[in-house]
Amino acid sequence: MPDATGLELLARELGDAAIETVYFRERATIVVDPARIRAVLQTLRGKGYAFMASLHGVDHYPEEPRLGVIYELLDMSAVDRIAVKVRVPLEAPRVESVTADWPTADHQEREVYDMFGVVFEGHPDLRRILMPEDYEGHPQRRDFPIGGEPVIFTRDEAKWLEARE
Amino acid sequence: MEVKREPIRRREGSSLSAGTVPVDAELLRVRRLNAPQLLRGGDLQGPNQPAHLEGTELERYVEERMLTTTLDKAVAWARSNSFFPLGFGLACCAMEQFHTAGARMDIARFGFEAFRASPRQADLIILAGRVSIKMAPIIRRLYDQMLEPKWAISMGACCSSMGVFNNYALVPADKFMPIDVHVPGCPPRPEALMHGILKLRKLVQDDPDMGWRERYGAVGTEERPEDA
Repeated sequence: MPDATGLELLARELGDAAIETVYFRERATIVVDPARIRAVLQTLRGKGYAFMASLHGVDHYPEEPRLGVIYELLDMSAVDRIAVKVRVPLEAPRVESVTADWPTADHQEREVYDMFGVVFEGHPDLRRILMPEDYEGHPQRRDFPIGGEPVIFTRDEAKWLEARE
Repeated sequence: MEVKREPIRRREGSSLSAGTVPVDAELLRVRRLNAPQLLRGGDLQGPNQPAHLEGTELERYVEERMLTTTLDKAVAWARSNSFFPLGFGLACCAMEQFHTAGARMDIARFGFEAFRASPRQADLIILAGRVSIKMAPIIRRLYDQMLEPKWAISMGACCSSMGVFNNYALVPADKFMPIDVHVPGCPPRPEALMHGILKLRKLVQDDPDMGWRERYGAVGTEERPEDA
């Protein structure tokens, strides 16, 4: 990990793209302006964080801005990790896609779109990946119900069948 | 011919309940003839019910049933002892399904070791694992591609009744295809799956047509190329 000082220096280099830094239990996080995420990631790549380990979505309900995307970058030679977070509101859930620079983001951005509804502009093929294509709703949002079926035991089967009629 | 009615004498030291029981042969005959109708939930009072037939009609009834029954029984026996499973391992239950084919819980003892890869060659589909909404039409298509007679076993809690993963992504198998035997467990032990398969075998042997297809409305489970 970059230590706390290294993290602050990094944030200073990024300028006003970096909104906030968090250093907790030796893990570094930078919260970044969503409009400049691609440039920020390229800068970090220049600093050695050349491997995108993963890409996640978060729903911060009830805090605003509600939806978040987290990019985990890894510096393989220095064995360093850094997390880059962006926050977007529900009314305008648009983030620029980084698939052109980081090919691993292809499927992972599709998953974040499917589960949270964050629209990645410039993505080559943004469609649902886990749920069926015609599914409505974004299941991992906090106000989406868990769903499922009521369990019908055999001893109750007759009662359910007649209730259905 | 007059039927002699004699009480059964209890032998000394036998485990029968106290007292002697008079046997009514007529009653036994009527009960035995009515039993299949009762099991099928049929109507005992209508015409042509076997208990009301007498003489030549009764003989003809028994005769036509005996020939088909024996042949049917032989065919059912053969079918039940040679299931070709289409082991459709979807998730964790597949891990336990492998072990029924392993050395300890050997499924080859019963003749079911030929797990076919193609649904066209299989007659038993074992749904081992959870079925997601995306996968359901695919499984239904596979089931339709199987040839009659075909059976389905739903292995594990997830495909029978959603199990631990009772959420937006899954669908119980009963909603899109008819299932003969549900094997509970998460995952069911290989012995439990064996028990379920053997129960199905007994069902096929004794009474392959218990009317479940009408109960589930499962007519027309064939694949039609024009629908594809």
